Amino acid sequence: MAGHSNYVPQSAAAKWLESRLPVIGLVRGSFVDFPTPKNLNYWWTFGGILFFVLIAQIVTGIVLVMHYTPNTAMAFASVEHIMRDVNFGWLLRYLHANGASMFFIAVFIHMFRGMYYGSYKAPREISWILGVVIFLIMMATAFMGYVLPWGQMSFWGATVITNLFSALPLVGEPIVNWLWGGFAVDNPTLNRFFSLHYLLPFMIFGVVLLHVWAFHTTGNNNPTGINPKTKQDTIPFHPYYTIKDLFAIVVFMILFAYFVFYIPNFLGHADNYIEADPLVTPTHIVPEWYFLPFYAILRAVPDKLGGVILMFGSIAVMFILPWLDTSKVRSGTYRPLFKQFFWIFAAVCVGLGYLGAMPAEGGYVIAARILTAYYFAHFLIILPLLGFLEKPKELPASISEAVLSGGGKPAGAVAAPETK
Amino acid sequence: MKTMIESVRGALLAVAAMAVAAPAMAAGEAPHIERQQWSFSGPFGQYDKAQLQRGFKVYKEVCASCHGMQLLSFRNLAEAGGPGFTEDQVKVIAAEYMVMKGPNDDGEMEEVAAIPSDRWPSPFPNQQAARAANGGAYPPDFSTLAKARAVASGFPGFVFDMFTQYQEHGPDYIYNLLTGYKDAPACFGEDFSGYYNEKFIGGSISNEECQGQNLTGGPIGMAPPLSDEQVEYTDGTPMTVDQYSRDVSAFMMWVAEPKLEERKSMGFRVMIFLIIFASLLYFTKKSIWRDVEH
Repeated sequence: MAGHSNYVPQSAAAKWLESRLPVIGLVRGSFVDFPTPKNLNYWWTFGGILFFVLIAQIVTGIVLVMHYTPNTAMAFASVEHIMRDVNFGWLLRYLHANGASMFFIAVFIHMFRGMYYGSYKAPREISWILGVVIFLIMMATAFMGYVLPWGQMSFWGATVITNLFSALPLVGEPIVNWLWGGFAVDNPTLNRFFSLHYLLPFMIFGVVLLHVWAFHTTGNNNPTGINPKTKQDTIPFHPYYTIKDLFAIVVFMILFAYFVFYIPNFLGHADNYIEADPLVTPTHIVPEWYFLPFYAILRAVPDKLGGVILMFGSIAVMFILPWLDTSKVRSGTYRPLFKQFFWIFAAVCVGLGYLGAMPAEGGYVIAARILTAYYFAHFLIILPLLGFLEKPKELPASISEAVLSGGGKPAGAVAAPETK
Repeated sequence: MKTMIESVRGALLAVAAMAVAAPAMAAGEAPHIERQQWSFSGPFGQYDKAQLQRGFKVYKEVCASCHGMQLLSFRNLAEAGGPGFTEDQVKVIAAEYMVMKGPNDDGEMEEVAAIPSDRWPSPFPNQQAARAANGGAYPPDFSTLAKARAVASGFPGFVFDMFTQYQEHGPDYIYNLLTGYKDAPACFGEDFSGYYNEKFIGGSISNEECQGQNLTGGPIGMAPPLSDEQVEYTDGTPMTVDQYSRDVSAFMMWVAEPKLEERKSMGFRVMIFLIIFASLLYFTKKSIWRDVEH
């Protein structure tokens, strides 16, 4: 991270500080002078967008906690108290609830970007793996956060998901009781979920720093996938990428604001405006939209344990992705076959999401099984084989050459007029 | 390799076809909920104060005998973005209700007239009492009810809803339900003594004789609550079940989402700001990057 800055402290105070704790040089080396490939397109701004959303979630969350009561008898009413009586409480809560969805929209795009441009390949495996770790913690955080308003979907979602662990042989039942702190989802469950929901975002923050440290050590990937060779290939992070990321963040805020101010309940579930009732089961228990592809995989398997294994496997397989892709070429831009399979894979993920929202019956189940099989085949069969079968296009000699010939352009991925 | 891709594509298309065809295999007829015009829909939507006041009257004179709205305080009736009662009017309304308070200095609980800061008293002390008085059915509390009822739009309807900003599933459903009472179909049998509502989403018809008759909805615990001329409107608005249903649905939406007007008006200012700010940033970015081939 450091070492990229030739910062020399000028003032006496800066000299004094820098000789004891070189923090100014560290920040300058990482976020000011840091040499960044000059051809990053707008898909690369989602890292900065994610950082913004994480901070927004932490800030709104901390204020919400000042008004929330984690007790089964009062949680629902305390959330409504926030909506009705707290100054701008409705805004805080809608920001936080929709912020979770925005977080997942951005993280999915960020992950698909990494997959398309081969950002997981050597030497950036650790960055990728830390990213998958962040994704896992995010999912746990979002799941526990959804339980806190103590509505019907909170309660029954918590019941269904925690019950998954009962599929484990022998230890299943004791583990579930341990998670619940009792023999059903109840006040102890709500309290521990609240505690963990407050803790995990700070762990995400820590892993994010490691994630950034890792790819600042290796240098950013870029749309060509080839390493910067000369000084002409890179530009300092500031002001070039600070302004570009800021612009992208504000555009993203427009989308965020649209949901918060105009359709704040669009992504939620109406049943969560009914207070949790352990005696009444909702007709369809549906998780939040960002879990739907994984939920579809879970339900595609007739056996409960098998479903749980495949669901966790669908994320676990991402940990070994750097070694499953056998191609020497990083960027999908120069991989004609991979490119097509990439878009098929993206469509399969969307299809699984749709099936996750549908009842598990008839044709839906069959479709979910086929798409689940394809999901795993993409990682375990197609990617390893493609490296051998595919004849990649010729790579440009350098980033600068690619830029001049227009070769750094992502196929079908032109996001903004600035990408040229 | 080309054929491999093509066969994968073909298989995926088949999967898609199967998924789209699947609803035909799913069982059960869902009632069709007609969407209504509401003053509070869309990006500039606002509540119609007169309608909220009429809806409040319907609630007070009809619904309130069974349905509470315990999260609402009397003072909310005078707050901005609501029915627009004055504070004096709210004091008078509150004083019509008795609430339990205490214990006082003698350790006694006492029943006193409500004041504007009090929450709305529920008609029943608890859910069990409500069920006991209503033949086992529980009249749900109105506080969040208008946001707690969803009507599935299906695909691709939900995508359009995102752009048309459709958020009125709840009031649409409540209006449809209140106007959806019909005489019980003959296939229910002569000993059927309940009520039939063809728009009741939670309803199910189990009688074998009814199979194949395309009936929707089902038996419902709530007796038809409204009848023409039941509530006196003094402003010349028609006193019909249709109008009462519309007004009380709008009122319930306000009860569930009292900050809707504040939210939408702030949203407009936020949007204008963000769009201008983003444009300025775009040109700043362009100017900073002008010398970089990228």
